[in-house]
Amino acid sequence: MRKNPLQLLWGLWTTFRSMFERPVTYQYPEIKRPVRERFRGRHELKRYENGLEKCIGCALCAAACPADAIFVESSENTDEERYSPGERYASTYEINLLRCIFCGYCEDACPTEAIVLEQNYEVSFTARRQAIYTKEILLVPVPENGKQTPMKVLPKSFDRAIPEMEDVK
Amino acid sequence: MTKSLVALTIDGLEVTVPEGTLIVDAAKKVGIDIPVFCYHPKLHSVGMCRVCLVEIGRPARDRSTGEPILDENGQQVINFGPNLETSCTTPVGEGWVIRVNSEKAIEGRKQIIEYLLTSHPLDCPICDKGGECPLQNQTMEHGPGTSRYLFDEKIQLEKHVPLGELIYLDRERCIQCSRCVRYQEEVVDDPVLGFTNRGRRLEIITSSVPGFNSYFSGNTTDICPVGALTTADFRFGARPWELNKSASICPHCPVGCNLTLNTRREAQAEGREVIKRVMPRQNERVNEIWICDKGRFAHHFASSEERLTKPMVRVNNELVEVGWDEALERAADGLKDALKRSRGGLVGIAGGRASNEDLFLFQRLITELDGQTVLEDDLAGGDLTAEFGVGRGTDLGELGSGDVVLVIACDLHEEAPIWWLRLKQATERGAQLIVANARPTRLEGYTDHILRYPYKRAVHTALGLLQAVSKNDDLTPFKGDKDLQKAARLFKQAENAIIFYGGEGLAYEGSQALAQACASLLAVTGHVGRPNNGLIAVWTKANTQGAWDMGLRPNPSGHGKALEQASAAYMMGVDPVADDESLEGILREDTFLIVQELFMTPTAKMADVVFPSRSFIEREGTFTSGERRVQRFYPAVLPLGDTKSDWRIVISLANAMGVEMDYPSAAAVMLEIAENIPGYEGLSYQVLTEVEPQWPHVGGRSLAFGGTASENTQGLGVQVGPTVMPDEPIEVVWTAPIEEPEEEGLLLVPINRLYDRGISVRSSKVLHPRLDVLHLELNPKDASHLGVGDGAQVEFRVDGRSVQLPARLMDSVPEGVALIPRSLGFQVVRPTSIQIKLVE
Repeated sequence: MRKNPLQLLWGLWTTFRSMFERPVTYQYPEIKRPVRERFRGRHELKRYENGLEKCIGCALCAAACPADAIFVESSENTDEERYSPGERYASTYEINLLRCIFCGYCEDACPTEAIVLEQNYEVSFTARRQAIYTKEILLVPVPENGKQTPMKVLPKSFDRAIPEMEDVK
Repeated sequence: MTKSLVALTIDGLEVTVPEGTLIVDAAKKVGIDIPVFCYHPKLHSVGMCRVCLVEIGRPARDRSTGEPILDENGQQVINFGPNLETSCTTPVGEGWVIRVNSEKAIEGRKQIIEYLLTSHPLDCPICDKGGECPLQNQTMEHGPGTSRYLFDEKIQLEKHVPLGELIYLDRERCIQCSRCVRYQEEVVDDPVLGFTNRGRRLEIITSSVPGFNSYFSGNTTDICPVGALTTADFRFGARPWELNKSASICPHCPVGCNLTLNTRREAQAEGREVIKRVMPRQNERVNEIWICDKGRFAHHFASSEERLTKPMVRVNNELVEVGWDEALERAADGLKDALKRSRGGLVGIAGGRASNEDLFLFQRLITELDGQTVLEDDLAGGDLTAEFGVGRGTDLGELGSGDVVLVIACDLHEEAPIWWLRLKQATERGAQLIVANARPTRLEGYTDHILRYPYKRAVHTALGLLQAVSKNDDLTPFKGDKDLQKAARLFKQAENAIIFYGGEGLAYEGSQALAQACASLLAVTGHVGRPNNGLIAVWTKANTQGAWDMGLRPNPSGHGKALEQASAAYMMGVDPVADDESLEGILREDTFLIVQELFMTPTAKMADVVFPSRSFIEREGTFTSGERRVQRFYPAVLPLGDTKSDWRIVISLANAMGVEMDYPSAAAVMLEIAENIPGYEGLSYQVLTEVEPQWPHVGGRSLAFGGTASENTQGLGVQVGPTVMPDEPIEVVWTAPIEEPEEEGLLLVPINRLYDRGISVRSSKVLHPRLDVLHLELNPKDASHLGVGDGAQVEFRVDGRSVQLPARLMDSVPEGVALIPRSLGFQVVRPTSIQIKLVE
């Protein structure tokens, strides 16, 4: 089948023209494209303003997880060594990011809004063990004016698991 | 006595139940779940929570004639009352019509649940009961979904109230159903819980010191319909839905309680599966739905850090870890060497910690090697319990009016708490107890027939009973007093009679004579070979009965005698050196010693080869309970380290010794047992796994009816019957008790306590506050002669060992006797005379 050679030139014209357009590629990793507001990236475990962990170790996230990616072990708080409000805190919190499908069901299940899928999408590993994110990695830094957990608190000041406390602004 | 039957209709279903049955039970029998909180089938009903409301229609009758009123179609007219009624307090009536799921009843229950939740904190995410909570389940099923009450106005109460070291109370969660209070009062008669205050301020308190002082406290957490009561052991340990469950048998005492082990993989245990909690498994013929706190909490020994994980052999007088092949080779070579030597042969010692499969193969191996097996136990009579044991189908829960149980020389509350509980309950149904002991025990509170004898005269008492019923002239010297005669008459006239005997205050020969006398007493009175009749020994270990059945026998003159002759010894799950330090001298000579153990015991420390064995949570096998019920336990977790099951080690050693033994599984060994052991015919793992429906139903969807005890789907076990037939003529045999000369000083008697300091209890940290310290119990009169005050340090020597310990003065101790609890740090094997000195 014969074709009109002019059509080939017409196609090349498109190529030529695009050389003068602004590129859409980002120079990742030097430049990072901001994600959408409801993007679901890597999980973070949040804290209250005073530094207490929001996570109460209830393991409902683990129960809700369709990929069985979350593992929680909990222990009991004391006023001498308090991690979270109420009686229970997560002494072990692990997410296997190789298993995670970033569905966000853990966020939905969380009764204290402790776990949030944030904007970090840079999760890559070279070994399986690295894919297991522990509580130390997942927990956000202590906010300004807050204290590191475990903290010593006055008796009976935080004995409710779902307290009336300020979120970090 | 059969009750007349009553027919009624529940939600359109015709039901026929015995008179007096409660509506809630009748509905359960046809599969209709009426929600309950305060009602429990094992407790008296109180109608406190009001959630079981139903509409009850009664047949209309003419007031003057009493004739039924019929409508125009000739149908009975049913009158429904204006109000809903509680189905847990109302017994059924003939022709009644019950509406469980009518609009009115549903609305009524909805409002009750809404009301119960007004003061409930709804902290299900952190509640240990969340996921298996009757309140949670029934709110989902019958509740309103929303509340008209304001969340902020919820009353806030203490959330962390220790009711003692084992059980914690959350006051907010409590819905005031009083199940725990009633359980402690009605079922176990430890009324240490109670209500204080009224209305919203009503709360559970404990009145005992130490708090919640009861051997059965853990069961209240099972029947608590909310998360108000939790155990210190499991508190926040895991969520119920994360747990794997496997069936097991309690390894602590001869009752053989059925357990469910709840396990989970833990990061803290480096990814290993660990036991999170131990729950009762229903077996109405053994433990119903209860277990004692030792069974519930003393499981940590199985996952202890101190467990042996690798085989060890002695190199240059030190034990070093090696592989299995090397250890087996060393063991086989050493054994062959030792057996070639002229002196003595092989002695194999094993005990009631091992399973039937282990013991059967052990017995076979030692016999093949021309050795002699010795059962490590100081209580005799396992052959008699096989001959005169309780008949097939025995159920202590059936004992009632006209039945008699004799309990002699043991303290069941301390030694086998569930037997104590079942006998105590039997008295409530009309059964009579005869309790014979040298000192008061708790069981005596439930009978008027108390036979008190001085220590050393237990056999005389049993023979006195035998004399009274047999009128054998040779027995005349043992004729007892009026109380004893009366008890003997009672025993003779009993419809069914069981004897529980123990070894308190007796050495081996004494217990042999006692068992013989008890067996004869049963035979003479015709209480043999039938269900609910026979002889039961209160062993100190779970499977001592199984060991006797597998052919092992104690050495009447002690292990020492047997070992003196031996050139090699093989010990499986026993630690004779801990009990008798003199064995150290005997074993230290050139005896080649193989020890198969969980821990580095004093005996294992002396061994030439140590094989690490598996605990009951890591392997399968069967135990034979004191009632000769063969029950199966299953592996719950992966084996620790390089451990092997005892029966497998025996096979490996046999093969290394050139003895042919080849069984691929424990089930195959059981088939071999069934072929060789009398009474065990027809047993197999399949048969032991059979179940039948049990009442009350536990488990199910809401868990409200029975609590969190698990349903038995893995086997009720099979009872092995006695060899003696009911009408067989039996020659009455008895042994005259050895008359011991009166000695100077006090008679030191070792007694059993539920919580001791042996490694199986000590490994559970949660029980530590309940563990007693080593002490000597003295009668105040003896103490004042000696000038010993309460708490004073005293000293005495026994078997060449000297010990200093505090004295405790107690009126319950007989005069001339000093009691020392076993396994608290100073072992006394048999009663001996001692001289007590006050330490200045």
